Parts: sequence; structure tokens; C-alpha cells
Amino acid sequence: MPHSSTVNILHILETDFSMIVEEWLGTQVHEGVKRSDLFSDAESRAQNAELLKSFAKGVRNAAVDGDFDLEDAAWEDLRAVLADVTKERVKRGVTPTEMATFVLALKAPLFGRLEARLNDDPASLIREVLLVTRLVDAFAIYTNEVFIAEREQVIERQREEMLELSTPVVELWDRVLTLPLIGTLDSARAQEVMENLLQTILERQAEVVIVDITGVSTVDTQVAQHLLRAAAAVRLMGAECIISGISPMIAQTMVQLGIDVGTVSTRSSIRTALADALKTVGYSIQKNRDS
Amino acid sequence: MHFRSCGVPNAPDTSPLTVLARLSLKTSRDVVAARQTVAREMKARGTSTIRVTRFATAVSEIARNAIVHGDGGEISICIDARKEYLLVECRDRGRGIGDVEQAMIEGFTTAGGLGRGLGGARRLSHGFEIVTAPGEGTLVRMSAKL
Repeated sequence: MPHSSTVNILHILETDFSMIVEEWLGTQVHEGVKRSDLFSDAESRAQNAELLKSFAKGVRNAAVDGDFDLEDAAWEDLRAVLADVTKERVKRGVTPTEMATFVLALKAPLFGRLEARLNDDPASLIREVLLVTRLVDAFAIYTNEVFIAEREQVIERQREEMLELSTPVVELWDRVLTLPLIGTLDSARAQEVMENLLQTILERQAEVVIVDITGVSTVDTQVAQHLLRAAAAVRLMGAECIISGISPMIAQTMVQLGIDVGTVSTRSSIRTALADALKTVGYSIQKNRDS
Repeated sequence: MHFRSCGVPNAPDTSPLTVLARLSLKTSRDVVAARQTVAREMKARGTSTIRVTRFATAVSEIARNAIVHGDGGEISICIDARKEYLLVECRDRGRGIGDVEQAMIEGFTTAGGLGRGLGGARRLSHGFEIVTAPGEGTLVRMSAKL
């Protein structure tokens, strides 16, 4: 049921649809946001036409006066198309500003037509221009939200990938494993590290595990607790755990924090830890010849 | 309102502070962001690595406390007018600490931790002050020499 305030804009959208699409494209070219380098003419035209179609549908069905709300079900189609177009354009390297300008370019063709139609009724003209402004602005802002949400998804995905990447358990020698820790050790990661480590101990029948924390910049009580728990679990599985890579700074802060490593062996470098580990499993490193 | 406070006096003088950063604390990622910001600001001013590591660890403890015990909060990182101290203020909206002296005791824990964070953070900081009361949240002020 069209509202009286949208009669004019609806009429314009219905009678002049393809011309508006063309003019919208024209404004986009003018503003430098059409990006012919990334999208063919046909693609751009199809995107614009689809957007305008859903826009018209929304105007026809939604409340656009006082209680305009983009979350309204009537705008569902437009939101979906807008999200698709934004994602597609962002994927091909369009910036958020360009995307917003792309949407805002719709104002020019609509305003021109409203002006022609409501020439002798300035009050209605202003009212409808305001209305269209509000709608189009809301959609432009919405594209930004889509853009940010998309970025956040990428960040979250990368974070998860890193979580997995950064916990490799490496077999250094027969029955000797090492776990080089890098970055931070929060609870989620500690859990991952622990599971991975214990599983590998079982698979490789490891006797010594070197947990290297050279790449961990901060050892606070939580990180220390995770490390000590991992060491305790390793010991329960019958292997020996050496924590290596304890820098002078880390050693001092751990003392200040009153962290007691108990019977867990610690070494300042992975080099000394490796020598110890090899000794434990019955090997030794020997110099072959003088050089 | 009955506040309890403990620790050594914090700011060396009452000179105006410049806020360098203000971060909200919600997840453990925010703890990392807080301590990285502190470390970056200290390094940028030429503070020695050992001081940076100490204070970043202290900030890490306190920020984590705000999340684990205080349902999250906010942390401000400031510098005094003479650029001699970095001051950190961490505020949470939790239930507060009933007995600060007890909470400072080594090994005292209510959440299964090591129970060394609070006392340790105090030892790792130059100045350290807690303002808290049951149900009033907790405010920790801490400082480090630059």
C-alpha cells in the first residue's frame, strides 16, 4: 500500500526505470566511482538495475515517513542485493568511500525528476527530496556496515588460521619433540597447544619435549600457569619437559611474580635444551673434525 | 561509601596527565592490546627492555583481572607532564575486592589462578594503588619510570 508521501517518487521509479538506471550510471562515471576497470558495462548496469528494482519495491511497501527503519522486512530485498553488490565490489578492490559514493549517485537522477514533476509545489518537493535523501543516505551507510562486517570476518578467519599455524609440534630427533611458541598464549591457544602436544607425544613415543618460549614476549601468571600445566601433563605421559628460551627479562618478571617452576627443567636457550634432550635419549653431539 | 586502598603513593606529583590511549577490556585479545600499547609507548620513549617487560607484564595481570573478576572494564594509559612516568589506570565494573590485604597474599585465588597476579603486579610496578569496595568495582592505578 503506497503512502501518499511516496506517490511521486514511486511514479518516477515505475515510469522512468531504465532511464534512471542509465543516468545513475552516468553520475557514477562522473564521480569516478563506476570503476570500468573492474566491472564491465553490462555488469554495472545489471547491478544498478537490480538495486533500483529492490529500492522501488521497498519504497512501495515500507513505512518511509517517521518510522523509517532499514531493518524493516520491506527492505529485506534491498539489503540483500546491497550486501551482495558491496561484497562483490569490495572483493574486486573498490574502497568503502567509492562504494558509498556509488550509492549516493542515485540522488542526482531522482532529484532532477522530482523537481520537474513538483515544479509548482515547492513544499512537496522539499519533503520528497528530504525523504529520498534519508533513504539513499541510509543505504550508503549500510554499504559501509557490510564492508566492515566483511573485513571483520577476514580478520577473524586469519586469527583462527594463525591459531592453528602457530602451534606446530616438530620432531627434532628420535623421541625428541619441540614446540616453538610464538606470540601470546591465551586460554584458547593453550588448550590447542596442549592437545596437539599430548597427541604427538603418543604418536612419536617421545621422551623429551622442549617447549621454547623465545617468541613469547610476556609471561604473566596466566601464561605461566598454562606452561606449567602443559609441563605437568607431559610428565604424566612419561616424558620429560624442558622449557627453553627464558630471557633475562622473563626470568626477572617470573621471579617478581613469585612463579615457582617446581621440578620443571628450564633452559635459557633451545640450544642447551637440545643438548640435554639428546643426552637423555642416549645421543651426544660431537665435533667431526677441526675446521 | 567505604573504600579501601593500599600500596605506595602513585603519581610523583599532581602535574596534569596526557592520555596516550584508552582501551576497553572485554576479551583476552584486549589484554594483549593493552600490554602491547604500554610496551610500544615505553619503547618509543627509550625505556630499557627490562623495564618494558616488567611493566607490560604488570599491566597484563591487572587487565586480565578486570576481565576475569570484573566483567570487563576500561584501561587508560597516560604520561605525566615531565614525561618521567607512564601511568596506567584500569577500572572494572565487577564486584570489587572485599579484602585487599588478603587478595595481595601469595597464592590467594578465587578463580583457580596462581593467586600471584596482584602482588606480582605491585612488585613489577613503580607505584601501585588499589581503590575498591565490595560491589563498587575496582580501580587500579599503576606507574612505571620511563
